[in-house]
Amino acid sequence: MTPYEQWISYYTIIRKDIVRMLRVWPQTFLPSIVTSALYFLIFGAFLGSRIGQVQGVSYIAFVVPGLVMLSVVMNSYMNSSFTMFTSKFFNRNIDEILVSPTPPWIIIAGFVSSAMLRGIITGVLVLAVALFFTHLSVYSAASIAIFIVLTSLIFALAGLVNGVYAKSIDGINIVPTFVLTPLVYLGGVFYSTELLPGFWGTLTKFDPIFYLINGLRYGFLGISDVSLATSLAILFALAGILLLTNWYLIRTGLGLKQ
Amino acid sequence: MQENALTVTHLEKTYAGGTTALRGASLSVPAGNFFALLGPNGAGKTTLIGIATGLVTPSSGALEMFGIDAFKEPERARRAVGVVPQNLNLDFFGKAIDIVVNQAGYYGIPRSVALPRARALLADLGLGGKMEARTRELSGGMQRRLMIARALVNEPRLLFLDEPTAGVDVESRRGMWKYLRTLVEKGVTIFLTTHYLEEAEQLAKRIAIIDKGAIVAHGTLDEILALDTGPTPTHEDGFRGGRLEEVYLKLTHAPANSAHL
Ligand SMILES: Nc1ncnc2c1ncn2[C@@H]1O[C@H](COP(=O)(O)OP(=O)(O)OP(=O)(O)O)[C@@H](O)[C@H]1O
Ligand SMILES: [Mg+2]
Repeated sequence: MTPYEQWISYYTIIRKDIVRMLRVWPQTFLPSIVTSALYFLIFGAFLGSRIGQVQGVSYIAFVVPGLVMLSVVMNSYMNSSFTMFTSKFFNRNIDEILVSPTPPWIIIAGFVSSAMLRGIITGVLVLAVALFFTHLSVYSAASIAIFIVLTSLIFALAGLVNGVYAKSIDGINIVPTFVLTPLVYLGGVFYSTELLPGFWGTLTKFDPIFYLINGLRYGFLGISDVSLATSLAILFALAGILLLTNWYLIRTGLGLKQ
Repeated sequence: MQENALTVTHLEKTYAGGTTALRGASLSVPAGNFFALLGPNGAGKTTLIGIATGLVTPSSGALEMFGIDAFKEPERARRAVGVVPQNLNLDFFGKAIDIVVNQAGYYGIPRSVALPRARALLADLGLGGKMEARTRELSGGMQRRLMIARALVNEPRLLFLDEPTAGVDVESRRGMWKYLRTLVEKGVTIFLTTHYLEEAEQLAKRIAIIDKGAIVAHGTLDEILALDTGPTPTHEDGFRGGRLEEVYLKLTHAPANSAHL
C-alpha cells in the first residue's frame, strides 16, 4: 500500500470506531462524567473539608488529577480491548481488515488511536466536571498534555494486547477489575505515596500509574513524588514493550488467526 | 503462457487443536474463469481459502496469487483479492452502505470513490432499497449478497466464494450467477466452493475435488467427467445425480482413488 492508502485505511478504522462510540455514548462517555461528579461531591464537599490539606493543597485539588487519570486509564483500556475482542469473537468482522492489504502496524495504530481519543475525551470531560467543584490551577500545561497522552497510549496498547489475546469474554473483564483497579488505587491516585510505609512504597515503584499520576499532578500542582525524567524514561520503555507485543501478536496471527 | 490466478503447492495445515485439515494439497487456477473446489464437509475447502486470504496461518507449503508469494508478501498478494466467507462475519450494527464503504477503506480506496461504487454494487445485487438498513435487519440471503458486494468493492481480480449460494433463494441464485458471469467476462477469476454440484457443472471450466485435505482430482470439467467410466452405479435409495455427482461420489467415497490430471 502507498502511504496515502495506508492513511485511508487508518482513518477508516478510527472513523468506524468513533461512529460506534457516539452511537453508544451512554456506555462510552456518560459513566465517567457521572462517577467523577460523585467522587468530587464526596471528596470535595463532604469529606474534603475534614481531610484538610495534602502536600500543601486542598484534598479535592489533590485528587482531581487522579480522577482524570482514572477515567483516561479505564476508557482507553476498555475501548481497545472491547473493540478488538468483540470484532474478533462475536461476528468476526476483524476478518474484514485481516483479508485486506492493511499491514499490522496500521491495525495497531488505528485501534490504539481511537482508544486514545476516547480516553482523552473522557479525561477532558472529567476535568470540565471538576471545574464545577473546585478552582483548578495549571502549573505546566505541557506536562498535563504529555502525561494524559502517555496514559492513554500505554493503556490503549495494553488493552489491545488483552483484546487480541483474550479467548473468552471473561478474559477482557478480569483485567480491569483485578489488575487495573488495584494499579490505579495503589499508584497514588487518592493519596501521596510518600505516606506509604516501606514495602508498599517499594511496590508502588513497579506500578506505571505511579509515574503517570505524579507527572500529571506535577502539571496541575507543581508537586511530584518522583523525577519527571525518570517517569518519562520508564513510561516510554513500557509503551515500547507493549507496542512490540502487539506487533508480534498481530504479525504472527497469534490470537487473531486460526 | 497463461497466468495463474492461484497456485497452491503442498499445502499443509494442522490446527492448534490437532486436527489436520490439509495434507499436501496442490492445485492451480488459471486466470479468467470459474473454478470450483468440491468436497465433502470437513474436507478442507474453507481452510484453503482461509490460508489464501490471510485468515488461517499455514503449517507448510506455498501459495501464490498472480505470481506473488502470499506467505512472503501477504499484503501485496491480497491487494487484488476479494472473499465471501462461508460464515457470516458482518458487523450486526453496521449499515449496509457503511460496511461496503469501510471495506473499500481497508484497501486504501477513498470515500469519494468508494461511495458511488458501493451504491452501484448494492443496487446490482438487489440491495438498492436496503442501503441504510442495519445488517441485523437483513434476511439471511440479503446478508450473503451484502458480503458479495463487500468482497467486490476493491475490484478484485480473484474472488473467493465459499458456498455463496447456501440459503439463497432460486431466483436470487440465478441473478447472482448471471451477475458473476459478467464479472468473469470482464476477466475476474472466481474460485468457488459449493455443495450444489449441478451449479459447478454449469459454471466451472475447471474443477478440483478435495477429500480429507488432499486433492483427489483436478482438471477441466470434461476431464473430470471422463473419470466416470465404470458402470452407472445403481443406488439403493434410487437417486441418480448428474454425471459430476457420480464422479464426485466415487472419488470421495473410496479412499484409494486418486486421479491427478
Ligand atoms: N478453527 C478451527 N480449529 C480447529 N479445527 C478446525 C477449524 N476450522 C476447521 N477445522 C477442522 O478442519 C477440517 C477442515 O475444515 P474446513 O472448514 O476447511 O472444511 P470444509 O471443506 O470447508 O467443510 P464444509 O463443506 O463443511 O464447509 C475439519 O475437520 C474441521 O473440523
Ligand atoms: Mg467450508
